[in-house]
Amino acid sequence: MTDIKETQGLILSNAPHIKTGDSVQKIMWLVVASLVPAAAFGVYTFGLHALVLIAASIISAVAAEALYQALLKKKISVIDGSAVITGLLIGMNVPPTAPAWMVVIGSFFGIIIVKQVFGGLGFNIFNPALGARAFMMASWPVYMTTGWVPFSGSNVLAGGVQNAAGLPQQAFDAITQATPLGALKEGPKILQEMNIGIGQLHDFLFSSSMIKSLFIGNIGGVIGETSALFLLIGGIFLLARRIITWHIPVSFIGTVGILAFAYYSAAGLSCPWMAVLFHLLSGGLMLGAFFMATDMVTSPVSAAGMVIFGVGCGAITFIIRIWGGYPEGVSYSILLMNAATPLIDRFTKPRVFGVK
Amino acid sequence: MEIKVLFTILISTIFINNYVLYQILGLCPFLGVSKKLDSALGMGLAVIFVMTLASFITYLVYKYILVPYDITYLRTIFFILVIAALVQLVEMIIEKTSPGLYQALGIFLPLITTNCAVLGVAVLNINSGFIDAEMGLLKSVIQGFGGGVGFTLALLLMAGIRERLELAEIPENLKGLPITFIIAGIMALAFLGFSGMKI
Repeated sequence: MTDIKETQGLILSNAPHIKTGDSVQKIMWLVVASLVPAAAFGVYTFGLHALVLIAASIISAVAAEALYQALLKKKISVIDGSAVITGLLIGMNVPPTAPAWMVVIGSFFGIIIVKQVFGGLGFNIFNPALGARAFMMASWPVYMTTGWVPFSGSNVLAGGVQNAAGLPQQAFDAITQATPLGALKEGPKILQEMNIGIGQLHDFLFSSSMIKSLFIGNIGGVIGETSALFLLIGGIFLLARRIITWHIPVSFIGTVGILAFAYYSAAGLSCPWMAVLFHLLSGGLMLGAFFMATDMVTSPVSAAGMVIFGVGCGAITFIIRIWGGYPEGVSYSILLMNAATPLIDRFTKPRVFGVK
Repeated sequence: MEIKVLFTILISTIFINNYVLYQILGLCPFLGVSKKLDSALGMGLAVIFVMTLASFITYLVYKYILVPYDITYLRTIFFILVIAALVQLVEMIIEKTSPGLYQALGIFLPLITTNCAVLGVAVLNINSGFIDAEMGLLKSVIQGFGGGVGFTLALLLMAGIRERLELAEIPENLKGLPITFIIAGIMALAFLGFSGMKI
């Protein structure tokens, strides 16, 4: 045994012996690539200002990271692409008519306060893009919750949302000003003033033309969340490349679906499946479940931990959607579960092999 | 119906009006005892215990002593004295009767007798109008218990995060308390998601 020499082609070293060739840099740029279709679609539907917002947030995120690292005389690591992802996600997480200065401040907050002061990539507790979004929601709620592009236009593949439920034109215009989830939350109040029952609102929101529009993306919303189709394409690409595992997206989306089915069944809706589809395809669920909850740094390590994380995200999302003060709860649910991630990791620590 | 009201009070004090992250009360133990998960759990249990007890006793004191004699303007000083005396008494009883519980809660009990979150829950019980409400005593106790659970939740989350950050490359001048304030701020931003919730 002692006379194995390197000349025989054997190299003795410590594990690991088989490497995939993945690096932080490669993974980050693949995630950027998987987000591009949905972002491009957002620019296509909402126009040039959406592109300005995305560019402003990416540039300011990269600048913030480089500036911080230069000032602290650290190694400048913006080339690894993680700041580009954060900037891209911040740009995709604001309404299409938001002012550009807001996303610049948001990017600086996300990169410096949420990520870099904790030690940079790998040490941050909270997802920087979501921290920035929560910060902007608290600081400029008007810019973050108004300025939607109405979703009745016919500028994309699907036709305009048909007024299938026979709502009066005035009521139809009033509830289609906001996002579909906004209509679900504020609709009953608006329609009550016009003496229209909640049943008709449900008929309209849970109609097949609405579901079709949600799937393709002919709806109001933040820049990057509208098209479930393009987000799914990006998400499946990440799954196929094994950059993310199925645990978090499936448990997150599945929990929302199960809760929606239970809630609308209990509410006596004749066809709860349409309501389930509405909840799955609307809002930031696809964007959050595939691209933000799965952030490797801020989500649990073990499979069991990831499932707990996803179920928690889904439950909080649905609770905020139905009972909360905001129409959508995906971003807050992920931030809250980010805070719980160290505890989840601690209690789902896998057993060491050979130890009881 | 009453069950639903009590449930609403409980959920609301744990998540929506969380004493630490929404009302910004009781920050000293939140920042001071969140370094280790074990001590955070002990502290949390002690706070749940004291808050529940304080809600119970201050309700009775307010309704049957302060209101009849028309001296409600003395409530702050009354509450502090009553809570401190009561907790000291309970501590002595626990020490004698249950050494295990005393080991778990003992050192934390004197620390929090005059904590602002404990006084806060007593005052908020009065301000919530529970004094004249039906089943007011039970509602006060539930609110105190929920406040303690919410405090414990925030404390455990913070302790978990701080244990993980022990090896992080935090800039020298932000280590310790400053980064804890930043974490608390981001956690408070996250808890804003529950604001405006109607159950």
